[in-house]
Amino acid sequence: MTKSKRVLISIILRLLAFGATVAAMVVMVTSHDSAQAFNLTFTAKYSNDPVFKYFVIAEGIASAYSLIVLLITCSQKSSLWRFILILDLVIAMLLTSSISAAAAIAHVGKKGNSHAGWLPICGQVPKFCDHVSGALVAGFIAPILYLFIVLSSMHSVITHLFL
Amino acid sequence: MASTGNNDSNNGEKEDLGFSSSSITTNETKGKKDWVLLSLRVLSFFATASATIVMALNKQTKNLVVATLGNTPVTATITAKFNQTPAFVFFIIANGNASLHNLVMIAVDLLVPRYDYKGLRLALIAILDMMAMGLASAGDGAATFMSMLGRNGNSHAQWNKICDKIQTYCDRGGAALVASFVGFILLLIITVMSIIKLLKPNRINHVP
Repeated sequence: MTKSKRVLISIILRLLAFGATVAAMVVMVTSHDSAQAFNLTFTAKYSNDPVFKYFVIAEGIASAYSLIVLLITCSQKSSLWRFILILDLVIAMLLTSSISAAAAIAHVGKKGNSHAGWLPICGQVPKFCDHVSGALVAGFIAPILYLFIVLSSMHSVITHLFL
Repeated sequence: MASTGNNDSNNGEKEDLGFSSSSITTNETKGKKDWVLLSLRVLSFFATASATIVMALNKQTKNLVVATLGNTPVTATITAKFNQTPAFVFFIIANGNASLHNLVMIAVDLLVPRYDYKGLRLALIAILDMMAMGLASAGDGAATFMSMLGRNGNSHAQWNKICDKIQTYCDRGGAALVASFVGFILLLIITVMSIIKLLKPNRINHVP
């Protein structure tokens, strides 16, 4: 694989990862629903739960990082690629932990937890639940893409050292 | 090598000595054993294994008085175990995998001779380290926020906190969580060191 093809693949992967993280962040922030029961209004927003706030912050950090690295790799031939590889790893781990935590709490919201006496809330605020599920799908694709980015960087390192 | 005469035996000895001295020098120049990486792996193995075991054995049963009928109190028994929450089950699986991975890597470090590293084996170690670290980070994240939910509750969703009733369970779970965080940070350092070893071009490529 020639060097320009490798750079092209890396740029495409980073662009996709940027898209996925931005989509996850935007869909989660715009999730909002309200339900009426006994003259009381319950509003469900993403900021009610610290997990979803952590999810939005992690995706925000990852999307800003993707943008910066995209600009660096597009504009100049940089010698920072080793440092960027390590940072890619750290951001990938941040994304996996954020999606895992959000999925755990979303599972409690959808199915409840009978042992703890927690009732599921998806029956009362279905639009909020669907929105959050969409954000979680996008947030699931992002760490997979970052894994591929790290693997392709390591592949280019290995072939570069063998040539 | 059967030596038949004096000359032959002398030559045989010289050849043996020559071979052993050259193998000593090649062992020295091909790098000493990396004791820092090995000790980090041992520490990470102990941290993740203790997190797994403490969370797996985490159990508390408590009798609560829920009502009083006349003179006799009605008690309900609540049991808290790890398998009631899928987040903690995943936590145990992820930390178990991380500790198993560390054990296998320690064995590989100790048993595989250093000059036998073909080009792809270091890459495989780095990739496996990264995958174990990914699982460990996911398990930690899920268990952390589930524990926070149990400790603080969520007033918007009408989920009450449960840690005031089952204090021992929550404390032990917190200890397991701290141990797994330590193990995860050590795994991060180990992965970075493995990748740096891959990037440095002074490893010996055994040409077949």
